[in-house]
Amino acid sequence: MNIDLFFQYIVAGITYGTIYAIVAIGFNIIYNSTGIINFAQGEFVMLGGMTAVTFHTFLPLPVAITAAVFVTTIVGALIEVLFIRWLYKPSVLRMIIITIGISILIRETALHIWGEGVRALPYFSGTSVSALNIGGVFVSPQVLWVVSIGAIVVAFLNVFFNYTMLGRQMRACSANRDAARLCGINAKNVVTFSFMLSAAIGALGGSIVSPITYVQYDSGTPLAIKGFTVAILGGLGNSTAAVAAGMILGVLESFTIAVLPAAYKDVIAIVILLGILFIRPSGIFGSTEAARLKEF
Amino acid sequence: MSLLSVRDLSKRFGGLQAVENVSFIVPHGAIKALIGPNGAGKTTLFNLISGVLRPDSGSITFDGRIVQGLRPHQIAARGIARTFQHIRLFPKMTALENIMIGRYLHSRAGFISGMLNLPFTRREQKTVAAKSREMMEFLGITDLADAEATSLAYGQQRIVELGRALACEPKLLLLDEPAAGLNMRETVEMCALIGRIRGLGITVFLVEHDMSLVMNISDEVLVLSYGQKIADDKPLAIQKNTEVIKVYLGEDNAAN
Amino acid sequence: MRTSYTQVFGFTALIVAIQILTMVTNSSYHLTQLTMTAYYSLLIIGLCMLIGYAGQISLGHAGFFCIGGYVTAFFTTHDLSSHKANPVIALLAKAGILIVRPDLYGGDLLTVHPWAACVVAMLTALGVAWFVGGPVLKLKGHYLAMATLGFGTIVYRIVLGTTFLGAADGISDVPPFRVLPGIEISGNASVRVINYYFAWGLVTAGVLLLLNLIHSRAGRALAAIHGAEDAADAMGIPTARYKLNTFVLSAVFAALAGVLLTHYNGGIGPSEASVMKSVRYVAIVAIGGMANLWGSLFMSLILNYLSLRGYFGTYDDAVFGCILILIMLFAPEGLIRRSILRDLRRLVSGGGVEETGS
Repeated sequence: MNIDLFFQYIVAGITYGTIYAIVAIGFNIIYNSTGIINFAQGEFVMLGGMTAVTFHTFLPLPVAITAAVFVTTIVGALIEVLFIRWLYKPSVLRMIIITIGISILIRETALHIWGEGVRALPYFSGTSVSALNIGGVFVSPQVLWVVSIGAIVVAFLNVFFNYTMLGRQMRACSANRDAARLCGINAKNVVTFSFMLSAAIGALGGSIVSPITYVQYDSGTPLAIKGFTVAILGGLGNSTAAVAAGMILGVLESFTIAVLPAAYKDVIAIVILLGILFIRPSGIFGSTEAARLKEF
Repeated sequence: MSLLSVRDLSKRFGGLQAVENVSFIVPHGAIKALIGPNGAGKTTLFNLISGVLRPDSGSITFDGRIVQGLRPHQIAARGIARTFQHIRLFPKMTALENIMIGRYLHSRAGFISGMLNLPFTRREQKTVAAKSREMMEFLGITDLADAEATSLAYGQQRIVELGRALACEPKLLLLDEPAAGLNMRETVEMCALIGRIRGLGITVFLVEHDMSLVMNISDEVLVLSYGQKIADDKPLAIQKNTEVIKVYLGEDNAAN
Repeated sequence: MRTSYTQVFGFTALIVAIQILTMVTNSSYHLTQLTMTAYYSLLIIGLCMLIGYAGQISLGHAGFFCIGGYVTAFFTTHDLSSHKANPVIALLAKAGILIVRPDLYGGDLLTVHPWAACVVAMLTALGVAWFVGGPVLKLKGHYLAMATLGFGTIVYRIVLGTTFLGAADGISDVPPFRVLPGIEISGNASVRVINYYFAWGLVTAGVLLLLNLIHSRAGRALAAIHGAEDAADAMGIPTARYKLNTFVLSAVFAALAGVLLTHYNGGIGPSEASVMKSVRYVAIVAIGGMANLWGSLFMSLILNYLSLRGYFGTYDDAVFGCILILIMLFAPEGLIRRSILRDLRRLVSGGGVEETGS
């Protein structure tokens, strides 16, 4: 493999890695405030992409994306209010099954609204063949959009969780819900907000990455599996680690195509997932004791 | 020869040394109590003996064989049964069925013979049920046999859990706070019950906060504080032990 | 406990009644979907054992179904004629393990005898379940769900992406399976009735075995593990081994279902391994009442039949998704249970539904 191809694989890996990291961060936000793994996380990404494409048919691109994020956020809020809120101390099994059911519903609705075809937003700048020469490597401008918007999202979240009142409230809720409520924090709203935030981030990710990866009614599930893999790889709940883990998975996956037939590309993520679960479920950066203490 | 021998047992959780170099023995046929203020490491010690936790260092010898590092079900098979601080009865099962689970180690039917419902499994089933009813008679709770275990009164649940442990026919019975949540009358009954258990030839090692029960019934008392052993003696001597008084009531009282 | 024999008898009567009904109304074609439903039900009751009694969720059971189906499909259709000279092949042919049969174009195929293929398929599923189950069952909750989902997805990707397994088209022209003289598993209309009774007879036998298991020492141990695993451990029950045994048992049921249905349908495709299929099976077990063998069986009968008849149309997957959500929200113990009337009353009067255990 020559050096150019090598870097192309790296670039592709980083691109996909960013979207996986975004899904993982969405998982972490909801997990941190509720302890739930939201199997429907991938669907937020799919919805973001699909609605953005639809909006773009009559709205300029930035407005379309904003509208898509807005709509998906509402969907996230609806899911929490309609389905999750009712449950009083549900068992893990019940939660898993409900979120799977929700994910199926969203997917089937998408199928009936948009059909089976793939869609994509146009490239934000340039076309599908334009390329910027960065140090000898040819990178599509869209990749720069993806990575920079991804970085902005991570930075924003950092600031949000550490320096804003609402962010700190969410962290309090995740550490100890009852204590947080005793301090006057409205836990129910925090939960709703975490779903909305996750949905928004997912939708944004889905929109910006759609020119490269295309989006279709069933893109959600594989993304959920890979996002979950990344979340676990970095340590469940740890969003900074999720970014690094996303890059690792993206790049590994990218290089797998060089070795195995393309059909097996998705398999590498699952193999990594199983490997992590069997060997070190606390993830690369997590602590084994904390993982054991947290109620699954 | 001692039934249970613990030597230099240690367990640490991150920054907390829960149990530190604890050594003691439990002689055959004795009733030994483990006391200490909250956070002293009593439950950790129990969990180390019953196999729920693995010690960092030290050894536990039971009936002449090393048992530290074994899994809980293996330790149960060696002859150690236990009850739990927060009652762990099996929900959706009657009191009798709970106790029948205690007969697991004394029955044999496996998956295949269970599925085929062979004659020997049916016979075994009857024996198990009969033995369990015997146990309920011994404990005086025969009338509770068909009640759903988790719907019983707290005191009754404690006795059912005790029956389940006894059904294992253990050599050593670990009781984790057997009197917790019991009123005075129930505590006195529990005292008498433990005495009758000793009469069956079973050695008892119990954790307890209720001093009346401890002092009344124990042959020996082991005192832990902050993970370390500070006393291991007969009950009367423990009551006068200045270290123990210091730990429970503070320095001034010890000086008095 | 012996009332289960009356239940079994009642169920058998129902099966017979259905067949007579179709005969009388001249609608024997219904028997085809009903037979297929029977084989899916075989998988369902095994899964019910795992989820309801052992308390372990599996979102990848379609994978075991496919292992059974694809192994048998491959061996009974793959032509070994080109290896006729090979001594091992010749020996197997002489032993009757390999048979010669005509293909569609009048030529001769040297393939594995369906019985041998069936045994190999079951052993493969057993082996995979044993190998995968060990590490997977150490996980709990979300992690277990994801791991089983991952397993199912790997099987799906493998059958979808491998050419000698037919890739997207799957394997077809799978020959009928002559189980015993007179009983041939095939979709042929002339043997519809026999196939119907064979399939449901097998399901009945399966239910009997599982009912026996539930009421046996092993079944009680499983209930104990499900109810309070640490207490079960303390009673000497080797929890890991029991969970694994149940997992393997349910995998074997699933694989058998896969083998027989493949012969009945004459083929198998990658869609049988899809995540949606696995989810569907879990939905049926959930709605039937997690730890309710009869409940799961009835729900399987109704839902699988309706789905196979196409009553749900393009909303097939959506229906199962809705079922999952509604059941988990309002009836987490399933629909078919003794307390259903009490819970309905409570629901109507404004209280929530209690969730016991799990």
